[in-house]
Amino acid sequence: MFEVAVLSLFITMVLVLFRLIAGPTLYDRVLAVNTFGTCTVLFIGASGFLFERPEFLDIALIYALINFVGTLAILKFFRYRALGDQPNIKDNRENAQ
Amino acid sequence: MSIFDIVISGLSWISIVSGSIFLIIGATGIIRFPDFWSRLHAAAIVDSAGAGLLLFGMALQAGLTFVTVKLVLIGVFLLITGPTATHAVANAAFVSGSRPLGDKSGKPVVPADVIDPPLPPEMPTNLSEDLTSKT
Amino acid sequence: MVRLLAMGLGLFALWLLLSGLFKPLLIGLGVLSCAITMAIAHRMGIFKRTVGTPRQSVVKFTTYLGWLAIEIAKSNWAVSKVILARSLSLQQSLFNVPTSQQSDLGKVLFANSITLTPGTITVETEDGSFLTHALTDDAADMDALAEMDSRVTAIEHQDGDA
Repeated sequence: MFEVAVLSLFITMVLVLFRLIAGPTLYDRVLAVNTFGTCTVLFIGASGFLFERPEFLDIALIYALINFVGTLAILKFFRYRALGDQPNIKDNRENAQ
Repeated sequence: MSIFDIVISGLSWISIVSGSIFLIIGATGIIRFPDFWSRLHAAAIVDSAGAGLLLFGMALQAGLTFVTVKLVLIGVFLLITGPTATHAVANAAFVSGSRPLGDKSGKPVVPADVIDPPLPPEMPTNLSEDLTSKT
Repeated sequence: MVRLLAMGLGLFALWLLLSGLFKPLLIGLGVLSCAITMAIAHRMGIFKRTVGTPRQSVVKFTTYLGWLAIEIAKSNWAVSKVILARSLSLQQSLFNVPTSQQSDLGKVLFANSITLTPGTITVETEDGSFLTHALTDDAADMDALAEMDSRVTAIEHQDGDA
């Protein structure tokens, strides 16, 4: 049955990849990357069961963490053009108008 | 193989196969929907139904072991971070001025009192400007 | 300080649970990384301000999770039907949902619950209301959202001041 899961995850990831390439906006792409990451987590877990190597689940756990932080980092970078600490972020946004 | 094992393995079959179906439905929605705002909801299907059912099915297969603990941890983590990431993407798009498509009747989608913050309506092109340099 | 130590113990328990190995070197590494995490958390001042303590009753919270799972299943089914329909009929809308939670934790729980149910997504959080995006008119059901709101608030007011 894990063959079913891995196969459908693969199809899902290919479809999401199409959306990632097609865009058209930045936010479509970020959304696609995030969904792709969720699918990757599930894919690693399911293939761990398929190949009977339960250690894969640790990798899936780490990947889930990195995926979340990565999505937020991309969004933060594109909103503020910086990843560091910016105490006057709100002022920047108001002054930019 | 006792009755109990058969029931458990049947349940995990059902949950993994239906989770797979929901994954493909969600991916179809991501491809098919016309704009960013509707695609968010298709992605939410992948995040909630797909991930939840697949992890549940795997946990049933694994039984009460360390593996299940890790699966539950992954599940809890996805449950907390999934909506947060979706909200972050939606909020970033909203702040940058993206608005949902209206329906055919031409009814305005956004009520007049919620257009806040009023930012320029262009999409990512205006993000290429350096916001911090204007201060 | 007590909460910092409790966090350290919890982290170490998580380390043991995830590694499953009890060699001195690995346990030493675990203690070291827990200590580093506690030092960083202390430096960030996480426990100096109270963001909203998890005083919610476990039983009520579990009941709520069960109810939420059923809601998620229902709305998954509804959105799946929209996706698979031969002609797409979307009635997208943005609207304000009034919220009645006091603590930040309650608001987070409510906003995450809205986003977790496919069909509705929290876009912007303001004082007293969430700006929510709905995929169809069916999903933009104010009564269902008001029920979710009152259930989250009911968990919150379990112990008086949450």
